[in-house]
Amino acid sequence: MPTLIRSLLGATALTAIAWSAAAQQTNITIATVNNGDMVRMQRLSDHFTQLHPEITVDWVILEENVLRQNVTTDIATGGGQYDVITIGQYEVPFWAERGWLMSLDDLGEEYDVDDLLPAIRSGLSVDGTLYASPFYGESSMVMYRTDLMEAAGLDMPDEPTWEFIREAAAAMTDTANGVYGICLRGKPGWGENMAFLTAMANSFGARWFDEDWEPQFDTEAWANTLNFYMDLLTNYGPPGAANNGFNENLALFQTGHCGMWIDATVAASFVTNPEDSEVAETVGFALAPDNGLGRRGNWLWTWSLAIPSSSDAPEAAREFIAWATGPAYLTLVAETDGWANVPPGTRQSLYDNPAYLEAAPFAEMTLRSMEVADPQNPTVDPVPYVGIQFVAIPEFQGIGTQVGQIFAAALAGHTSVEEALEQAQELTTEEMEAAGYL
Amino acid sequence: MARAISTPRKVTLTAVAWIIGLLIFFPILWTILTSFKPEAQAIADPPMFLSFDWTLENYAVVQERSDYLRYLMNSVFLSIGSTVLGLLIAVPAAWSMAFVPARRTKDVLMWMLSTKMMPPVGVLVPIYLIFRDTGLLDSRVGLTVVLMLINLPIIIWMLYTYFREIPGEILEAARMDGAGLKEEILYVLTPMAVPGIASTILLNIILAWNEAFWTLNLTAANAAPLTAFIASYSSPEGLFYAKLSAASIMAIAPILIMGWFSQKQLVRGLTFGAVK
Amino acid sequence: MATQHSRTAARGMIAPAVFLLLVWMLTPLCLTLYFSILDYRPQSGTFDCCEGLDNYVRFVSSNAFHQSVLTTLIMVGGILVITVGGGILLALLLDQAIWGRDIVRILVIAPFFVMPTVSAVIWKNMLMNPVNGLLAHLWRFFGLEPIDWLSQLPLFSIIVIVAWQWLPFATLILLTAIQSLNSEQVEAAEMDGAGPLDRFRFVILPHLARAITVVILIQTIFLLSVFAEIFVTTGGAFGTRTLTYLVYQRVIDSQNIGLGSAGGILAVVLANIIAFVLMRIVGKNLDA
Repeated sequence: MPTLIRSLLGATALTAIAWSAAAQQTNITIATVNNGDMVRMQRLSDHFTQLHPEITVDWVILEENVLRQNVTTDIATGGGQYDVITIGQYEVPFWAERGWLMSLDDLGEEYDVDDLLPAIRSGLSVDGTLYASPFYGESSMVMYRTDLMEAAGLDMPDEPTWEFIREAAAAMTDTANGVYGICLRGKPGWGENMAFLTAMANSFGARWFDEDWEPQFDTEAWANTLNFYMDLLTNYGPPGAANNGFNENLALFQTGHCGMWIDATVAASFVTNPEDSEVAETVGFALAPDNGLGRRGNWLWTWSLAIPSSSDAPEAAREFIAWATGPAYLTLVAETDGWANVPPGTRQSLYDNPAYLEAAPFAEMTLRSMEVADPQNPTVDPVPYVGIQFVAIPEFQGIGTQVGQIFAAALAGHTSVEEALEQAQELTTEEMEAAGYL
Repeated sequence: MARAISTPRKVTLTAVAWIIGLLIFFPILWTILTSFKPEAQAIADPPMFLSFDWTLENYAVVQERSDYLRYLMNSVFLSIGSTVLGLLIAVPAAWSMAFVPARRTKDVLMWMLSTKMMPPVGVLVPIYLIFRDTGLLDSRVGLTVVLMLINLPIIIWMLYTYFREIPGEILEAARMDGAGLKEEILYVLTPMAVPGIASTILLNIILAWNEAFWTLNLTAANAAPLTAFIASYSSPEGLFYAKLSAASIMAIAPILIMGWFSQKQLVRGLTFGAVK
Repeated sequence: MATQHSRTAARGMIAPAVFLLLVWMLTPLCLTLYFSILDYRPQSGTFDCCEGLDNYVRFVSSNAFHQSVLTTLIMVGGILVITVGGGILLALLLDQAIWGRDIVRILVIAPFFVMPTVSAVIWKNMLMNPVNGLLAHLWRFFGLEPIDWLSQLPLFSIIVIVAWQWLPFATLILLTAIQSLNSEQVEAAEMDGAGPLDRFRFVILPHLARAITVVILIQTIFLLSVFAEIFVTTGGAFGTRTLTYLVYQRVIDSQNIGLGSAGGILAVVLANIIAFVLMRIVGKNLDA
């Protein structure tokens, strides 16, 4: 026992020494998600500390849901554990309104704020002030297997309709060989199946709320959306679709189990990378489908870096964000990992760069997808909210996840589409009343 | 009550026991195997059992991504620290409950257990606010105290049941010899309760090591233990089975090995007074 | 034997533990009680006093609440049945003089050392995944359609995962109890012509009663707050939303601290009711 206590004391003393050594420097704690691009940023952060020897960096890399839970708790209570946080477009408007985020208007000359894609920049700004700096941006599009499409005797147009997608999915499905015509998100969550379904619903003329914040799940447009989605996945989708999120579908597509996959444009660089993907040579891209109503079923999302107001090292945090989301970072990644692995979708200059366009066969379709996405006017009929695959109100995360669970239960065969829509309508109405919208 | 049994029966029982044992252990074994496979072979159909290209690459990749040692040291610090702290408080408490029972001793014990019934997430915000105001967020000391408090009722209960089995006459004899309270606990009681205390220590270390709510929610970079380490791998990305397996094994290996080596001690004392 | 002096000393010795646990229990409890009567939604900037019992009424009257209580009871009950039943059988088996008993025991207790997050991740991806999981391979090998465990049999899957983790604990306690059984008693019963089943029912089971009680009590306390296994596997979907998970959704997903706090208080009350009932049923066994 005494040895134990001694060694514990020893450990404490060592930590104390380590702390006092670090005290002469500024230490920043960065919280981020465990996506490939962020893990790369962590790996390259040595370049940052070489440029700024006075700053040391601690990383907290967590799975998306855990990260959101930790960051939200911290920022809502002003805990001050993090100096740089990774957040989506969804949180920015109301977190900025609460005064929880620092303004990022002065990231310096080199940062070149005017190079940011307009749709991305406006999504991260409130009243013209930038509150989060985009690390990568994405829309969604159709990724498909050119070999299977050819074998099916079909030709994918650049702007497919949902009807064509169904036809192609039917033709490509070959269950005996483990090939499923279409892979879509089914895993419940506001950022998983509801991101896809909400964007899809937009192209079917459906919307979450009317101008008076009345939930709209009792409309025919939603019934059409959900029925079509169920029809696609139950007939031509992989088994267990109700548990497949982005990552699961990525693994399925890379191992050759999917004919088509409609998902985030950032996946394009993963499925065309021969190191990870068995089908890298035979992937084609097209815009997300539509129904001829003037809206496509694609979304717009950015993972971005922001500084909580509770940070005790905002200056160092600003330096880091300017580095990680500045134009020079793109060049750095290009040098170390090649142009195809550069975080996409944030800067116009990237899409003007011939080296990038050549290395990334998906670049053009990514940019086109992002250009047709309009978060300010996401739906066919007018709505009181901003956001394509989400509704930018604080209540949405809770509502979206619960509705996502209802729809996933329908996909898993536990309830019918009618019941699911009824439950969704009831739940959303209840929540909106409680939140004072109705 | 192990008794001599006939050989055919022994063979059958041995076979059954081994099959069940291997089945229960299988998920861990499969994870260990997968962690040594190249990613592509980790999802091979049909599954590959031993005839794959053994590699350490997954461990290297995981180590490169996360500083395993730092998480490991935090886990060790937290589980041992909270256990030591817990014993310091629990031993006297259990002693007094066992040897100077009051009318309400049982009720006190049950009340202590009931403090474990609050769902942690229900008190997350209050605790977070308290930690913020006391500067304990992301500190090992704060987390050690929380883990100690969470497991304290269990430790007290375990120790109480061991102490109660010690015959009172021995204590009286010691008192006759002029032993004070301190001597009584240190030289008479503790040695007799060593198996029980050892078992308590082990169980507490295991529980603290595996606690995944507070360790995840109250830490950021400094105090994060292995539960946070695994949370950066728990969501799959691309081909991930082998790397996920490697990270999983890295998170559980230390406690698994400790558990195996000390299983005799753990088993001997794990009775909670259930044995008369 | 207790003198006045030792009584005072005893009180002094139990005081730190009682004091600490009291603080640890009361501080968050009081704050949670306070929050539970507020309309506290930080993301909307709402912090209004006082809503009275509104939050409680809302929490209890939503469909999700009744469903979650039922789910919790089924989950805890299912796990207890598997671990206690399986634990008794395993303990009986491990008590026999078989070859390599120590190694088998090591294999059996291994899951207890696996942290919940890791065991959920292993089961979800390596075993239960309907495409690449080992069970899917097994099903296909026998020419069957693979089961999508986590969406077709979600609650059952979670019960299996958690029971796998707790089976060793139950086995160990029951094994220690069986080993303390006086073999003369069993032999005497044998002499009297009692078959194996009778011996189990009239000699072994009564002897195990106390150990079973302890297993049920301790496991129930831990099982009522099972979280990581649900979080990782289904995220509360497909009817796996327990009361603990519902509180989580209110506090974290919906960021409605007031409503979630009310749920937390209700969860404590319900847990204590369950514990009280358990005590009444099995409490006799715990007395000296």
